[in-house]
Amino acid sequence: MSINNNSEFKPKIVAFCCNWCSYAGADLAGSSRLTYPADVKIIRVPCSCRVNPMFILRAFEKGADGVILCGCHPGDCHYTSGNFYARRRMTLLFSMLDYIGVENGRTRVEWVSAAEGVKFSATMNSFVEKIYSLGKNVRLEDLRCKN
Amino acid sequence: MQELITRAKELLADGTVARVLGWKAGDLEYNPQPAFFTNEKELEEFVYNGFCGANLSKYMIEASKLEGKTLICLKPCDSYSFQQLMKEHRIDREKAYIIGVGCKGKLDIDRIKANGLKGVTGVTGAELTDDCEELCVTTLYGDKKIPYADGMLERCSVCKGKEHMICDEQIGESKDTKTGERFAKVAAVEEMSSAEKFAFFQKELSKCIRCNACRNVCPACSCRKCVFDSTKFDSAQKANVDSFEEKMFHIIRAFHVAGRCTDCGECSRVCPQGIPLHLFNRKFIKDINELYGEYQAGADIEAKAPLTSYVFEDVEPSVVAERSKS
Repeated sequence: MSINNNSEFKPKIVAFCCNWCSYAGADLAGSSRLTYPADVKIIRVPCSCRVNPMFILRAFEKGADGVILCGCHPGDCHYTSGNFYARRRMTLLFSMLDYIGVENGRTRVEWVSAAEGVKFSATMNSFVEKIYSLGKNVRLEDLRCKN
Repeated sequence: MQELITRAKELLADGTVARVLGWKAGDLEYNPQPAFFTNEKELEEFVYNGFCGANLSKYMIEASKLEGKTLICLKPCDSYSFQQLMKEHRIDREKAYIIGVGCKGKLDIDRIKANGLKGVTGVTGAELTDDCEELCVTTLYGDKKIPYADGMLERCSVCKGKEHMICDEQIGESKDTKTGERFAKVAAVEEMSSAEKFAFFQKELSKCIRCNACRNVCPACSCRKCVFDSTKFDSAQKANVDSFEEKMFHIIRAFHVAGRCTDCGECSRVCPQGIPLHLFNRKFIKDINELYGEYQAGADIEAKAPLTSYVFEDVEPSVVAERSKS
């Protein structure tokens, strides 16, 4: 959409992290002194499957420029199968968001285990970089009528 | 139609069914409405013609709670919805006596009018016994003939087939009406740029008056308590003057029926604003077909629903980005 190359642009990025893997991974990234941009706001969820598609719509409606969901690697879910369901749901939701005009670069799912502090930091860095290159998001809140 | 009425009377008389669920004439000739009939006299009002687009399967949810069997008339496409509701344990097969009625394509009065016809007072040539090649439209300015296909609902031109998924007996002949590719429009939207897509959907959805007709008619929207009627919305509360559900209504609704939508097209048929709501549902169906294998909700009662099952080798969500590049 309207790419605003204004240097003032500070993206709002929401990261949903599962309690058992990715949140611990973020913790490890912190204690390992690895850096990732402060634009990322982490929300801890019990499982990646807890993320109702509405949460993501909600984030975009409230003006998020990107949403990333992190969970345990497939097969490693603390609740056995939560991330499998999340994977299908998110695939369809992201495809739908792309369909209504939110570029697919703004949505991502990444599997980060508790031991992968390096991967967490690298993922966040690359995701934020991607959002900077995409610029400001469409105003999803205007989908039904322009405010 | 007479055959159908005679059969319904017979079944009422011998006590097989306690009531008949069908269509009766509405206030205008071209908008029959769903109705229950309990005796022979009421059945005189029964109609079945090209304008009986309404899908009756959802009414069976209430009828399942009543005493005795209900005779329900199902068109081929309605039988998918019926079977899907059975699968979800929302209706009781034992409480229904199903007559599969033939279908030669259902009509849309707005499309008929779009042929440049004004002052329409009546349409003939749409009875089940007609060959449905040509419609005779009576208007205040004289009669006019148009090809049947020019007055048909969009969903009938991409028909899933005229075979009943479930029925006890069949009455009336069907005729193949498929002329177009079901996912053509979805594919056309996918080809647009992000800005064009957003503008397209903003234009369409801005027409919405939130009458909830699409939700009320949808056979997949059968929750006892709908999330949109809740005072404690999952991620927004009405008391907080939050417009989240207003703005995201269509996307949320489409997602709620993803994997269960049989693509019966009722949402688009009832929309008073003419929003092509089926484009959302079809997008999900298209994705499910491409990513998780061909799946038609309501076709197979034993099949696993795509969103409540998984395999280890499922594609990663990044496939969305890869697909749109290629």
